[in-house]
Amino acid sequence: MNVFGFFRKRQPAASVARDRLQVLLSHERGIDGDPNLILALRESILKAIGQHVEIEPDKVRIAMRRGEQLSTLEVEVEIPGKTNLSSAA
Amino acid sequence: MAKVLVVTSGKGGVGKTTTTAALGGALAQMGNKVAVVDFDVGLRNLDLIMGAERRVVYDLINVVQGDAKLSQALIRDKRIDGLFLLPASQTRDKDALTDEGVERVIGELKAQFDWVICDSPAGIERGATLAMRNADVAVVVTNPEVSSVRDSDRIIGLLDAKTKKAEAGERMEKHLLITRYDQARAERGEMLKIDDVLEILSVPLIGVVPESEEVLRASNVGTPVTILSPQSAPGRAYQDAARRLAGEVIQMVIPGERRGLMTRLFGRRAA
Repeated sequence: MNVFGFFRKRQPAASVARDRLQVLLSHERGIDGDPNLILALRESILKAIGQHVEIEPDKVRIAMRRGEQLSTLEVEVEIPGKTNLSSAA
Repeated sequence: MAKVLVVTSGKGGVGKTTTTAALGGALAQMGNKVAVVDFDVGLRNLDLIMGAERRVVYDLINVVQGDAKLSQALIRDKRIDGLFLLPASQTRDKDALTDEGVERVIGELKAQFDWVICDSPAGIERGATLAMRNADVAVVVTNPEVSSVRDSDRIIGLLDAKTKKAEAGERMEKHLLITRYDQARAERGEMLKIDDVLEILSVPLIGVVPESEEVLRASNVGTPVTILSPQSAPGRAYQDAARRLAGEVIQMVIPGERRGLMTRLFGRRAA
Protein backbone atom coordinates (compact mmCIF):
# COMPACT_ATOMS: atom_id res chain seq x y z
CA MET A 1 0.00 0.00 0.00
CA ASN A 2 1.45 3.38 -0.93
CA VAL A 3 1.18 6.48 1.13
CA PHE A 4 -1.65 7.89 -0.99
CA GLY A 5 -3.66 4.70 -0.80
CA PHE A 6 -3.51 4.95 2.94
CA PHE A 7 -5.26 8.30 2.93
CA ARG A 8 -7.73 7.53 0.18
CA LYS A 9 -11.15 6.79 1.61
CA ARG A 10 -12.43 3.35 0.72
CA GLN A 11 -15.73 3.39 -1.18
CA PRO A 12 -18.52 1.81 0.90
CA ALA A 13 -19.41 -1.67 -0.31
CA ALA A 14 -23.06 -0.69 -0.78
CA SER A 15 -22.23 2.07 -3.28
CA VAL A 16 -20.01 -0.36 -5.23
CA ALA A 17 -23.04 -2.68 -5.33
CA ARG A 18 -25.32 0.12 -6.54
CA ASP A 19 -22.93 1.22 -9.29
CA ARG A 20 -22.36 -2.33 -10.52
CA LEU A 21 -26.11 -2.97 -10.65
CA GLN A 22 -26.84 0.22 -12.53
CA VAL A 23 -24.28 -0.60 -15.24
CA LEU A 24 -25.34 -4.24 -15.48
CA LEU A 25 -29.07 -3.61 -15.65
CA SER A 26 -28.76 -0.88 -18.26
CA HIS A 27 -27.21 -3.57 -20.48
CA GLU A 28 -29.70 -6.27 -19.64
CA ARG A 29 -32.78 -4.14 -20.10
CA GLY A 30 -32.25 -3.44 -23.79
CA ILE A 31 -34.61 -1.56 -26.07
CA ASP A 32 -37.96 -0.29 -24.80
CA GLY A 33 -37.58 -2.08 -21.53
CA ASP A 34 -37.66 -5.54 -23.03
CA PRO A 35 -35.27 -7.28 -20.64
CA ASN A 36 -35.01 -10.36 -22.76
CA LEU A 37 -33.95 -8.65 -25.96
CA ILE A 38 -30.23 -8.41 -25.26
CA LEU A 39 -30.18 -11.97 -23.95
CA ALA A 40 -32.14 -13.27 -26.94
CA LEU A 41 -29.89 -11.39 -29.35
CA ARG A 42 -26.82 -12.73 -27.60
CA GLU A 43 -28.06 -16.28 -27.84
CA SER A 44 -28.91 -15.98 -31.56
CA ILE A 45 -25.61 -14.29 -32.39
CA LEU A 46 -23.66 -16.94 -30.49
CA LYS A 47 -25.52 -19.67 -32.35
CA ALA A 48 -25.12 -18.07 -35.79
CA ILE A 49 -21.40 -17.42 -35.45
CA GLY A 50 -20.81 -20.68 -33.61
CA GLN A 51 -21.97 -22.62 -36.69
CA HIS A 52 -18.93 -21.37 -38.57
CA VAL A 53 -16.31 -20.43 -36.05
CA GLU A 54 -15.53 -21.78 -32.63
CA ILE A 55 -16.11 -19.05 -30.11
CA GLU A 56 -16.06 -18.73 -26.36
CA PRO A 57 -19.38 -17.44 -25.04
CA ASP A 58 -17.62 -15.03 -22.69
CA LYS A 59 -15.71 -13.50 -25.60
CA VAL A 60 -18.89 -12.04 -27.03
CA ARG A 61 -19.83 -8.58 -25.82
CA ILE A 62 -23.13 -6.97 -26.74
CA ALA A 63 -24.08 -3.45 -25.82
CA MET A 64 -27.08 -1.34 -26.66
CA ARG A 65 -26.91 2.44 -26.72
CA ARG A 66 -30.13 4.38 -26.78
CA GLY A 67 -30.00 7.82 -28.36
CA GLU A 68 -32.64 10.42 -29.19
CA GLN A 69 -32.26 10.06 -32.95
CA LEU A 70 -30.35 6.85 -33.26
CA SER A 71 -29.77 3.72 -31.26
CA THR A 72 -26.89 1.41 -31.90
CA LEU A 73 -26.20 -2.22 -31.20
CA GLU A 74 -22.56 -3.00 -30.62
CA VAL A 75 -21.44 -6.57 -31.09
CA GLU A 76 -17.86 -7.47 -30.36
CA VAL A 77 -16.89 -11.05 -31.01
CA GLU A 78 -13.45 -12.33 -30.28
CA ILE A 79 -12.55 -15.22 -32.60
CA PRO A 80 -9.45 -17.41 -32.61
CA GLY A 81 -6.35 -16.29 -34.60
CA LYS A 82 -5.65 -17.37 -38.23
CA THR A 83 -3.86 -20.58 -37.26
CA ASN A 84 -6.76 -22.19 -35.40
CA LEU A 85 -9.64 -21.02 -37.58
CA SER A 86 -11.70 -24.06 -38.46
CA SER A 87 -14.57 -24.06 -40.88
CA ALA A 88 -16.97 -26.26 -38.99
CA ALA A 89 -20.25 -26.13 -40.83
CA MET B 1 -64.26 -8.76 -6.86
CA ALA B 2 -61.49 -11.24 -6.11
CA LYS B 3 -57.90 -10.19 -6.60
CA VAL B 4 -55.18 -12.55 -7.74
CA LEU B 5 -51.80 -11.70 -6.25
CA VAL B 6 -48.52 -13.33 -7.27
CA VAL B 7 -45.57 -13.33 -4.87
CA THR B 8 -42.45 -13.65 -6.99
CA SER B 9 -38.74 -12.79 -7.00
CA GLY B 10 -36.65 -14.67 -9.54
CA LYS B 11 -34.05 -15.59 -6.95
CA GLY B 12 -34.69 -18.36 -4.45
CA GLY B 13 -34.45 -18.02 -0.70
CA VAL B 14 -35.42 -14.35 -0.48
CA GLY B 15 -38.70 -14.98 1.35
CA LYS B 16 -41.47 -15.66 -1.19
CA THR B 17 -43.10 -18.44 0.81
CA THR B 18 -42.71 -16.60 4.13
CA THR B 19 -44.29 -13.56 2.47
CA THR B 20 -47.16 -15.54 0.93
CA ALA B 21 -48.01 -17.05 4.32
CA ALA B 22 -47.62 -13.75 6.20
CA LEU B 23 -49.70 -11.70 3.74
CA GLY B 24 -52.31 -14.47 3.56
CA GLY B 25 -52.53 -14.52 7.36
CA ALA B 26 -52.77 -10.74 7.61
CA LEU B 27 -55.42 -10.38 4.88
CA ALA B 28 -57.50 -13.14 6.49
CA GLN B 29 -57.21 -11.47 9.90
CA MET B 30 -58.60 -8.33 8.27
CA GLY B 31 -61.73 -10.34 7.49
CA ASN B 32 -60.99 -11.42 3.93
CA LYS B 33 -61.46 -14.89 2.55
CA VAL B 34 -58.00 -15.88 1.35
CA ALA B 35 -56.55 -18.82 -0.59
CA VAL B 36 -52.78 -19.25 -0.68
CA VAL B 37 -51.70 -21.41 -3.62
CA ASP B 38 -48.32 -23.14 -3.87
CA PHE B 39 -47.01 -23.21 -7.46
CA ASP B 40 -43.67 -24.75 -6.57
CA VAL B 41 -44.37 -28.22 -7.98
CA GLY B 42 -41.83 -30.77 -6.76
CA LEU B 43 -40.42 -28.48 -4.08
CA ARG B 44 -43.52 -27.47 -2.18
CA ASN B 45 -42.96 -25.68 1.10
CA LEU B 46 -45.96 -23.46 1.69
CA ASP B 47 -47.69 -26.38 3.46
CA LEU B 48 -44.77 -26.57 5.90
CA ILE B 49 -44.65 -22.82 6.54
CA MET B 50 -48.43 -22.85 7.09
CA GLY B 51 -48.14 -25.84 9.44
CA ALA B 52 -50.40 -28.03 7.27
CA GLU B 53 -47.86 -30.55 5.95
CA ARG B 54 -49.64 -33.51 7.52
CA ARG B 55 -53.05 -32.53 6.20
CA VAL B 56 -52.24 -32.60 2.47
CA VAL B 57 -54.36 -35.12 0.58
CA TYR B 58 -54.96 -33.63 -2.85
CA ASP B 59 -52.97 -30.88 -4.55
CA LEU B 60 -53.04 -28.29 -7.33
CA ILE B 61 -52.14 -30.84 -10.03
CA ASN B 62 -54.94 -33.18 -8.94
CA VAL B 63 -57.40 -30.30 -9.30
CA VAL B 64 -55.94 -29.10 -12.62
CA GLN B 65 -56.15 -32.62 -14.01
CA GLY B 66 -59.66 -33.16 -12.68
CA ASP B 67 -58.70 -35.99 -10.29
CA ALA B 68 -60.00 -34.03 -7.31
CA LYS B 69 -62.47 -31.26 -6.73
CA LEU B 70 -61.16 -27.90 -5.55
CA SER B 71 -63.10 -28.28 -2.29
CA GLN B 72 -61.33 -31.59 -1.62
CA ALA B 73 -57.88 -30.11 -2.08
CA LEU B 74 -58.32 -26.87 -0.13
CA ILE B 75 -57.02 -27.08 3.44
CA ARG B 76 -58.76 -24.85 5.96
CA ASP B 77 -56.46 -23.07 8.41
CA LYS B 78 -57.24 -24.07 12.00
CA ARG B 79 -56.19 -20.76 13.53
CA ILE B 80 -57.64 -18.08 11.28
CA ASP B 81 -61.14 -18.07 9.81
CA GLY B 82 -61.27 -17.67 6.06
CA LEU B 83 -57.68 -18.77 5.36
CA PHE B 84 -57.19 -21.73 3.02
CA LEU B 85 -54.20 -23.48 1.44
CA LEU B 86 -54.03 -25.16 -1.96
CA PRO B 87 -50.80 -27.17 -1.81
CA ALA B 88 -48.49 -28.07 -4.69
CA SER B 89 -47.63 -31.62 -5.59
CA GLN B 90 -44.41 -32.96 -4.14
CA THR B 91 -43.88 -35.77 -6.60
CA ARG B 92 -45.39 -35.07 -9.96
CA ASP B 93 -43.82 -33.51 -12.96
CA LYS B 94 -44.39 -29.77 -13.23
CA ASP B 95 -45.33 -30.23 -16.90
CA ALA B 96 -48.63 -31.62 -15.62
CA LEU B 97 -49.78 -28.02 -15.14
CA THR B 98 -51.33 -26.54 -18.26
CA ASP B 99 -52.13 -22.90 -18.98
CA GLU B 100 -55.82 -23.71 -19.45
CA GLY B 101 -56.03 -25.93 -16.36
CA VAL B 102 -54.42 -23.33 -14.12
CA GLU B 103 -56.66 -20.61 -15.53
CA ARG B 104 -59.75 -22.70 -14.79
CA VAL B 105 -58.68 -23.39 -11.18
CA ILE B 106 -57.80 -19.73 -10.57
CA GLY B 107 -61.22 -18.82 -11.97
CA GLU B 108 -62.90 -21.22 -9.52
CA LEU B 109 -60.88 -19.77 -6.63
CA LYS B 110 -61.81 -16.22 -7.64
CA ALA B 111 -65.48 -17.12 -7.37
CA GLN B 112 -65.05 -18.18 -3.73
CA PHE B 113 -62.34 -15.93 -2.31
CA ASP B 114 -61.49 -12.25 -1.89
CA TRP B 115 -57.76 -12.86 -2.37
CA VAL B 116 -55.94 -15.62 -4.25
CA ILE B 117 -52.21 -15.47 -3.43
CA CYS B 118 -49.93 -17.45 -5.74
CA ASP B 119 -46.55 -18.45 -4.28
CA SER B 120 -44.21 -18.56 -7.28
CA PRO B 121 -41.30 -20.97 -7.61
CA ALA B 122 -37.84 -19.44 -8.00
CA GLY B 123 -36.40 -18.96 -11.47
CA ILE B 124 -37.83 -17.51 -14.67
CA GLU B 125 -38.97 -20.79 -16.19
CA ARG B 126 -42.44 -22.11 -16.84
CA GLY B 127 -43.38 -22.57 -13.19
CA ALA B 128 -42.76 -18.91 -12.47
CA THR B 129 -44.59 -17.68 -15.57
CA LEU B 130 -47.56 -19.98 -14.79
CA ALA B 131 -47.78 -18.54 -11.27
CA MET B 132 -47.83 -14.94 -12.54
CA ARG B 133 -49.94 -15.49 -15.64
CA ASN B 134 -53.39 -14.84 -14.15
CA ALA B 135 -52.32 -12.24 -11.60
CA ASP B 136 -53.92 -8.80 -11.20
CA VAL B 137 -51.18 -7.58 -8.93
CA ALA B 138 -47.61 -8.68 -8.14
CA VAL B 139 -45.45 -8.41 -5.05
CA VAL B 140 -41.78 -8.66 -5.98
CA VAL B 141 -39.75 -9.84 -2.98
CA THR B 142 -36.19 -8.53 -2.97
CA ASN B 143 -33.27 -8.67 -0.57
CA PRO B 144 -30.94 -5.64 -0.52
CA GLU B 145 -28.24 -7.65 -2.25
CA VAL B 146 -26.93 -7.55 -5.84
CA SER B 147 -28.04 -10.96 -7.14
CA SER B 148 -31.53 -10.58 -5.72
CA VAL B 149 -31.96 -7.08 -7.20
CA ARG B 150 -30.76 -8.27 -10.61
CA ASP B 151 -33.16 -11.23 -10.60
CA SER B 152 -36.02 -8.98 -9.50
CA ASP B 153 -35.31 -6.79 -12.50
CA ARG B 154 -35.71 -9.82 -14.78
CA ILE B 155 -38.95 -10.82 -13.07
CA ILE B 156 -40.32 -7.27 -13.40
CA GLY B 157 -39.62 -7.52 -17.14
CA LEU B 158 -41.50 -10.83 -17.29
CA LEU B 159 -44.46 -9.38 -15.37
CA ASP B 160 -44.68 -6.68 -18.02
CA ALA B 161 -44.48 -9.19 -20.88
CA LYS B 162 -45.83 -12.63 -19.95
CA THR B 163 -48.93 -11.97 -17.85
CA LYS B 164 -52.42 -11.97 -19.35
CA LYS B 165 -52.83 -8.38 -18.21
CA ALA B 166 -49.66 -7.31 -20.03
CA GLU B 167 -50.66 -9.24 -23.14
CA ALA B 168 -54.01 -7.43 -23.15
CA GLY B 169 -52.10 -4.14 -23.17
CA GLU B 170 -53.03 -3.30 -19.59
CA ARG B 171 -50.64 -2.06 -16.94
CA MET B 172 -49.53 -4.76 -14.54
CA GLU B 173 -49.71 -3.50 -10.96
CA LYS B 174 -46.39 -4.23 -9.24
CA HIS B 175 -45.11 -3.61 -5.72
CA LEU B 176 -41.71 -4.09 -4.19
CA LEU B 177 -41.30 -5.77 -0.82
CA ILE B 178 -37.80 -5.56 0.62
CA THR B 179 -37.06 -8.33 3.10
CA ARG B 180 -34.12 -9.12 5.41
CA TYR B 181 -33.32 -5.44 5.66
CA ASP B 182 -30.78 -4.30 8.24
CA GLN B 183 -30.97 -0.56 8.80
CA ALA B 184 -27.75 -0.43 10.85
CA ARG B 185 -25.73 -2.11 8.08
CA ALA B 186 -27.32 0.11 5.43
CA GLU B 187 -26.35 3.18 7.46
CA ARG B 188 -22.77 1.93 7.70
CA GLY B 189 -22.66 1.59 3.90
CA GLU B 190 -22.47 -2.20 4.08
CA MET B 191 -25.88 -2.91 2.59
CA LEU B 192 -27.87 -1.37 -0.27
CA LYS B 193 -30.27 1.25 1.07
CA ILE B 194 -34.01 1.20 0.42
CA ASP B 195 -33.66 4.23 -1.85
CA ASP B 196 -30.86 2.55 -3.85
CA VAL B 197 -33.06 -0.47 -4.55
CA LEU B 198 -36.08 1.69 -5.39
CA GLU B 199 -34.05 3.83 -7.76
CA ILE B 200 -32.62 0.81 -9.56
CA LEU B 201 -35.89 -1.13 -9.90
CA SER B 202 -38.33 1.81 -10.09
CA VAL B 203 -41.25 -0.15 -8.64
CA PRO B 204 -43.22 1.40 -5.75
CA LEU B 205 -42.48 0.13 -2.27
CA ILE B 206 -45.17 -1.82 -0.40
CA GLY B 207 -43.12 -2.62 2.71
CA VAL B 208 -39.78 -3.23 4.37
CA VAL B 209 -39.40 -6.35 6.49
CA PRO B 210 -36.39 -6.31 8.78
CA GLU B 211 -34.01 -9.22 9.27
CA SER B 212 -35.48 -10.88 12.35
CA GLU B 213 -35.33 -14.09 14.33
CA GLU B 214 -39.13 -14.04 14.52
CA VAL B 215 -39.29 -15.14 10.88
CA LEU B 216 -37.26 -18.28 11.56
CA ARG B 217 -39.25 -18.95 14.71
CA ALA B 218 -42.48 -18.69 12.72
CA SER B 219 -41.26 -21.17 10.12
CA ASN B 220 -39.98 -23.52 12.85
CA VAL B 221 -43.47 -23.81 14.31
CA GLY B 222 -45.35 -23.61 11.01
CA THR B 223 -47.35 -20.45 11.67
CA PRO B 224 -47.37 -17.31 9.49
CA VAL B 225 -45.39 -14.61 11.31
CA THR B 226 -48.39 -12.27 11.18
CA ILE B 227 -50.40 -14.82 13.21
CA LEU B 228 -47.63 -16.05 15.55
CA SER B 229 -46.24 -12.65 16.50
CA PRO B 230 -48.35 -9.83 15.07
CA GLN B 231 -46.61 -7.29 17.32
CA SER B 232 -43.08 -8.18 16.21
CA ALA B 233 -41.30 -5.92 13.71
CA PRO B 234 -41.73 -8.35 10.75
CA GLY B 235 -45.32 -9.06 11.84
CA ARG B 236 -46.17 -5.37 11.76
CA ALA B 237 -44.32 -4.80 8.49
CA TYR B 238 -46.33 -7.57 6.81
CA GLN B 239 -49.62 -6.33 8.30
CA ASP B 240 -48.93 -2.84 6.97
CA ALA B 241 -48.06 -4.27 3.54
CA ALA B 242 -51.31 -6.26 3.52
CA ARG B 243 -53.35 -3.15 4.38
CA ARG B 244 -51.61 -1.19 1.62
CA LEU B 245 -52.47 -3.99 -0.82
CA ALA B 246 -56.08 -3.64 0.27
CA GLY B 247 -55.93 0.01 -0.63
CA GLU B 248 -55.32 1.68 2.73
CA VAL B 249 -52.86 4.53 2.96
CA ILE B 250 -50.39 3.86 5.74
CA GLN B 251 -47.23 5.73 6.50
CA MET B 252 -44.11 3.78 5.50
CA VAL B 253 -41.98 2.82 8.47
CA ILE B 254 -38.43 1.68 7.84
CA PRO B 255 -37.69 -0.73 10.69
CA GLY B 256 -34.81 0.41 12.87
CA GLU B 257 -34.66 3.87 11.40
CA ARG B 258 -33.69 6.67 13.73
CA ARG B 259 -36.40 9.13 12.94
CA GLY B 260 -35.59 12.81 13.10
CA LEU B 261 -38.03 15.50 14.12
CA MET B 262 -38.90 16.41 10.54
CA THR B 263 -39.69 12.86 9.45
CA ARG B 264 -41.64 12.30 12.65
CA LEU B 265 -43.72 15.36 11.90
CA PHE B 266 -44.19 14.94 8.18
CA GLY B 267 -43.73 11.22 7.61
CA ARG B 268 -41.57 9.58 5.07
CA ARG B 269 -42.45 9.31 1.45
CA ALA B 270 -41.35 6.12 -0.18
CA ALA B 271 -41.26 5.54 -3.94
